[in-house]
Amino acid sequence: MTSQQAEKDNERTAISLAMRQAVGSELSRMVSYPVSESDIRKWAAAVYYPDEPPARFWDHEAAGDSRAGGITAPEEFNPFAWMKAEPKGVKPTSAATDADSTERSLGIEGPHLMNQLNGGVSVEYGVPIRPGDVITSVTRLGEYTERPGSLGLMLFTPLETTWTNQQGEVVKRSRLVLIRY
Amino acid sequence: MIDAASLKVGDELPRFDRKTGFAIWNRYAAVNDEYVPIHMDDAAGQAAGLPGAIGMGNLQFSYLHNVVRDWMGDAGRIVSMSCQFRAPNLRDQVVSACGRVTGLETTSDGLAVTLEVWTQDEDGNRLAPGTCEVLLDT
Repeated sequence: MTSQQAEKDNERTAISLAMRQAVGSELSRMVSYPVSESDIRKWAAAVYYPDEPPARFWDHEAAGDSRAGGITAPEEFNPFAWMKAEPKGVKPTSAATDADSTERSLGIEGPHLMNQLNGGVSVEYGVPIRPGDVITSVTRLGEYTERPGSLGLMLFTPLETTWTNQQGEVVKRSRLVLIRY
Repeated sequence: MIDAASLKVGDELPRFDRKTGFAIWNRYAAVNDEYVPIHMDDAAGQAAGLPGAIGMGNLQFSYLHNVVRDWMGDAGRIVSMSCQFRAPNLRDQVVSACGRVTGLETTSDGLAVTLEVWTQDEDGNRLAPGTCEVLLDT
């Protein structure tokens, strides 16, 4: 592609050459702190509020009698909230609101769109998360697509993530589509 | 506990209903560290072109798991879940998570059940349609 052609494409696309070349790159690698029973209880209470969550998520006796044989986390539980063992520290608040944060994490310029939303998610589950588990998450950048929408140009960015536990077992494989406009 | 042997295509799952708003969203933000302005502040939602503050897509994803877990009990496990966030969950909406059996297949590991799942508002408008696969013990 000539630089003239690339410039022309950039006039009608949010996807730069650098962004295209970054597809498949590792966006993030995170390691959780050991999951606690309290983390699991709080998650279950929040997603079932104001009802009591199923006892297998918080009661040892009920969980022991369940098919899992002990307390497990709800499938969609997030062990990376607030702080992670790696990378250390609290995530910057700008990460959730900066619509260029995906590309910025790769050291390239983002599409300079103003807003971002979660467009959808698909998950395949493996083994459940149990108290004491340490989860590693690796996210890669999927193929960009875009199309006009009611709020202007919509850029779709798939984020493909695999979680494994401390034994190397797959906890889940997920694909989240970030919509930016 | 559901009876896997009596299931048939077309069966509907008991709905999971929640009146949504800041009280519910803030609880979820607290466990998912999701203090994003569009979920906290009407002005931030409006600045993003929305009618006001909106609920978290991740919370609707939890509701889809809840409706399946409440139906299935401890009789099996969720193998996969997917949804698209098609319309925002606005403040004071009653969001219902729903499901319907669309496929049944006996496998060596159990009964594989395919479900159509979705969340909807009070008028039946679908907010987050999706699919789910579960494997029931037989």
